Amino acid sequence: MMEIGLTHYLILSTILFSIGLVGVMRRKNLLMLFFATEILLNSVNISFAAISHYYGDLTGQMFAFFVIAIAASEVAVGLGLLIVWHKSHNNIDLEQMSTMKG
Amino acid sequence: MFEAIAFYLFAFLTIAMFFIAVTTSQALYALTSLAAGMIFISAFFFILGADFLGAVQIVVYSGAVMALYAFGMMFFDTTRDVKESKGNNLIIVGLSVLAAVLVVVIFAAPMVADNITPLYPIAEGVGNTQSVGVVLFTKYLIPFEVAAVMLLVAMVAGIVLAGKKMDLSLTEMSDAEIRDMRLEKNKKVLS
Repeated sequence: MMEIGLTHYLILSTILFSIGLVGVMRRKNLLMLFFATEILLNSVNISFAAISHYYGDLTGQMFAFFVIAIAASEVAVGLGLLIVWHKSHNNIDLEQMSTMKG
Repeated sequence: MFEAIAFYLFAFLTIAMFFIAVTTSQALYALTSLAAGMIFISAFFFILGADFLGAVQIVVYSGAVMALYAFGMMFFDTTRDVKESKGNNLIIVGLSVLAAVLVVVIFAAPMVADNITPLYPIAEGVGNTQSVGVVLFTKYLIPFEVAAVMLLVAMVAGIVLAGKKMDLSLTEMSDAEIRDMRLEKNKKVLS
């Protein structure tokens, strides 16, 4: 119990990932959906760093860096698209985007 | 001993913060609790000896991403309560099954991978930042450059998408011009 092993970090990562999944399931506002996506990416980063530490391998940390880079670019493009949508429709609800018509 | 205390403390704090971020109906509460959770996550990286990753986590997530969200929220109506969706049953069942499978895989993976050998072992007596730099600029140079190009593309896309009509300034325009612009916009929305 007092010795923190790899399993502890993986359990924590699973709990955080489940919280993120719950967020993806119940949110309707697209901005809140983005927040849930960030939680998913961060939980994966924790398990990457933990595996990197307990197996003495740097590859996990490298993957975590690239995940962070992808998350940053995702936010930039996603927020740009969200602003364009909000300018033309005045809301960012998910249900109004169900059709592909302009 | 201290590692265990720190782990449980930060695990509790992170889970609480992310739970608030997912369940609250106020967008500003969600933003601030998410930023706090990101900083608490960097504590795990410091505990695990990934110092550079922890610093990057604070700088990129709490600094850049959260600031970007905060600026983005100025465009949206954040004072209104966020309504929640009823949810599609099929999606919920599918994601729950996926999560259950994920738990099983997560617990099974370390048992299967007993005889794993590190590809780029962490060197003794060298700082984490130094070893990360050596591996990043030798073995992962091409992915690093591709990530740089991807960030550039994302930046240009963000400017192009969000920066339409940014050259217009309401304070420098005359009243007649503003009225014309509003009229034109209304016409576009109505049509």
